[in-house]
Order: sequence, then C-alpha cells, then structure tokens
Amino acid sequence: MAGKPKLYYFDGRGKMESIRWLLAAAGVEFEEKFLETREQYEKLLQSGSLLFQQVPLVEIDGMKMVQTRAILNYIAAKYNLYGKDLKERALIDMYVGGTEDLMGFILMFPFLSAEDKEKQRAVIVQKATSRYFPVYEKVLKDHGQDFLVGNSFSWADVHLLEAILMVEEKKSDVLSSFPQLQAFKRRISSIPTIKKFLEPGSQRKPVPDDKYVETVRRVLRMYYDIKAN
Amino acid sequence: MAGKPKLYYFDGRGKMESIRWLLAAAGVEFEEKFVETKEQLEKLVKDGDLLFHQLPMVEIDGMKMVQTRAILSYIAGKYNLYGKDLKERALIDMYVEGITDLMQMVMMLPFSPAEAKAKNLASIEEKATKRYFPVFEKVLKQHGQDFLVGNRFSWADVQLLEVILAVEEKIPAVLSGFPQLQAFKTKMSNVPTIKKFLQPGSARKPPPDDNYVATVMSIFNLN
Repeated sequence: MAGKPKLYYFDGRGKMESIRWLLAAAGVEFEEKFLETREQYEKLLQSGSLLFQQVPLVEIDGMKMVQTRAILNYIAAKYNLYGKDLKERALIDMYVGGTEDLMGFILMFPFLSAEDKEKQRAVIVQKATSRYFPVYEKVLKDHGQDFLVGNSFSWADVHLLEAILMVEEKKSDVLSSFPQLQAFKRRISSIPTIKKFLEPGSQRKPVPDDKYVETVRRVLRMYYDIKAN
Repeated sequence: MAGKPKLYYFDGRGKMESIRWLLAAAGVEFEEKFVETKEQLEKLVKDGDLLFHQLPMVEIDGMKMVQTRAILSYIAGKYNLYGKDLKERALIDMYVEGITDLMQMVMMLPFSPAEAKAKNLASIEEKATKRYFPVFEKVLKQHGQDFLVGNRFSWADVQLLEVILAVEEKIPAVLSGFPQLQAFKTKMSNVPTIKKFLQPGSARKPPPDDNYVATVMSIFNLN
C-alpha cells in the first residue's frame, strides 16, 4: 500500500546508507525496520520478500525492491535527480560509479583486522586523492557550475558529498588540495534537505562501530575473515 | 565524431563482454581496440581517456564512457531495451544486478589461485542453482511470457542468456532442474541478432584461457 518507503537493514550504514542519503536529499520521509537477530532475518528470508535472499530491501510504491543500485536508480528517476536526458544520465551514472567504487573501499573497513585497517586507511586516502577527487575537482573547475551535471542538483551531487564526508572521517584534511570540492561540500551541505539530514537526530547513521560489526556477523552468520581489497 | 561505438579492452571477455552482448543484441555494429600491454594502458591513462584510469572504455556518441554499468544503461536506454516506464526499469535493474553478481563470480574464476578453483566453482554452482536461477525460473513460470519484463525483449533477457551460457560452460548440466530457463535459452538464442552473435566469427569472445589471464595479470602487475 502507498505510504512512506520502508527500509529493511541493519541499524548502521553499510549499503543502505546511500539510499538514506538520496531519499533524504529528495525530501522523502521513510521508515526503517532494523535487523537485529538471526531469527528476524530468517523470517524475512522465508517470507519471500528478498528476491536474491539479500538486504537492502526497500518497500516502495508497492514493490519489494532489492539490489542497492536498482533502488537508487528508481529513487533518482522518480524524484527528478537523474538528469534531463540520456546523456546527462550517462554522466551521472559514470560519476556515481566512481564514488560507489571509492565508498566500496570503506564499506568493508569496519570488518577488517586492526592491522588491515591501517593499511586500508592509506589505500582509501590514496585512491581518493589520486584517482577520484581529482576527477570531480576538474569537472567543477571546467564548467564552473554549482552542480556536477547539467547545472542542476542531481544524485551525483548527493553521492559525492556522501563520499567526501566518509573519506574525511578517515583523514580530516583530505580535501586540502581540492578547493573546488571544499566549496562544493559547503554548498551541497547547505541545501535544506541535506542540511536537515546532517543534523543530529536525523536518520543518518554514525560511523560503524564494533556493535554494528557484531550485529551484521550474527545476523548473516558471516564469521569468516574479510580481506581488504 | 559519430560512427560505430569503439570498445577499448583486453582481447577477452571480462567486464566488456556484457557490453558486446548488448550492442550485438541491439543490432549495433562496433569496433574494438585491444589493450595488450601495460604501456598501452598507461598511454590511455596519460592521454586522459580513462576517467578513473580504468577499462572498460567505450567511445560512443561523442562520449568516452567508462563504468560498465553506466555504459550498459546508456545502450539499453538508447536502443529501447530498458522497459517502457520507471517500474519496468526497476524490474530490469533488479534482475540485471542479481545476474551481474553471479557473472562476477564466473568472471573471477580463472583468476582464483589453483587451490581455490574447485571451491569457487562449487560456490558458483550453488549460487546459480539455489539463489539466481530459481528466481528467473519463477518469474517466467508466473507470467508465462517469453521475456522477463513487460512482455518485451529487454536488457534483462540478454544478460540472463549471457550468464546461463557462461555458467553452462563450467557446469554443463546446470539447467537440468529449470525447464522454463531451458525454453528461455532456446528462444533467446534464436532472436536474429543474438543468433548472429552466437555464430563463429562474431565479436563474442571465447572463454578465458591461460593466455588471457596472463595478459591481464601482466598489465596490472599481478604476477
């Protein structure tokens, strides 16, 4: 039945966080159902709600959507954050692909051993500053506009801000050589829906901690070692 | 300048193969430039042709597109293989993403260390027969139509056929419990553009061999 989208995931960032950001940026209120026990997860599996037996799951517009990218694409298009034509969509998809890869290095971070964490922190910063940030810095510099694509606020802007903040959590001065991105960060953070999401008490989730890692391992029975990529 | 799309990748399947499939299914002719050495890859990076320093890259409609998913979405959108509305697109995206997860396992198999190969192959078989194929078997059974989404040929159908054939190369009897998928495979293989792509001499690449693995490893200093 129509109503607010309902997000099924752990009480933490993981793959659902980009979805929370995008819904929030679009000004869409949503509900959340947190997976805390193995039993809840098995119940969800048995209910047939998880097409490929995985979360994230988002109930939206009568659909039980899975696959993070599919969900994000749907939300972006529905709320006009996906460009005005195929070519703008292509640019947005390319940029989002890059920030997704960058955030992918951070996704597994909480599950790494202490030693691997230090190595991975260096990898994240290196990739951010030598491969990803320079691209977006140049895009903004070349066209001189406020937003990445088509002079219009889009999913690509939301995703880049999310990525910037996540990398800054690993190294607070990581934007020091990127003046365009510093200005971008300030601008996008001031957009009312995003400003609200960045305030305490919003549905934005904190940096993952040991409790989050334990919950995920317990619910998914994922007790094997995670290797850094 | 407008003209045929031009694909930059290794002379092998990898991440580019799904793009070859989709262009072929859409009846679009394309050219290929094979990257064979580290120096060639470094030149592309130095020339600023690779947005994130990575392949695949496809020159199409005046753009140098990177990011496999972005390229596939563009082709699907341009050639009307992406459904008729947002909800059909959502279904296609869900199906394609699931299939991509399975395809990724198959893609990585030749790069597994020798001692992990048997385990990884068993994992592919398990995921294919317990997680992915049952979904599509059920979808086809429930609506009884020829195509996965909207009673019309789409990107999802192309991607599903590709992964079925890729898994069958490793596990020949993998479709034995899936009569709908067997019929689907036959029907899709006979779509004229796909039939042509499946014939010898097409741009379809063979299963990865040791030579391909060695080339990729040497270009990325993985050996």
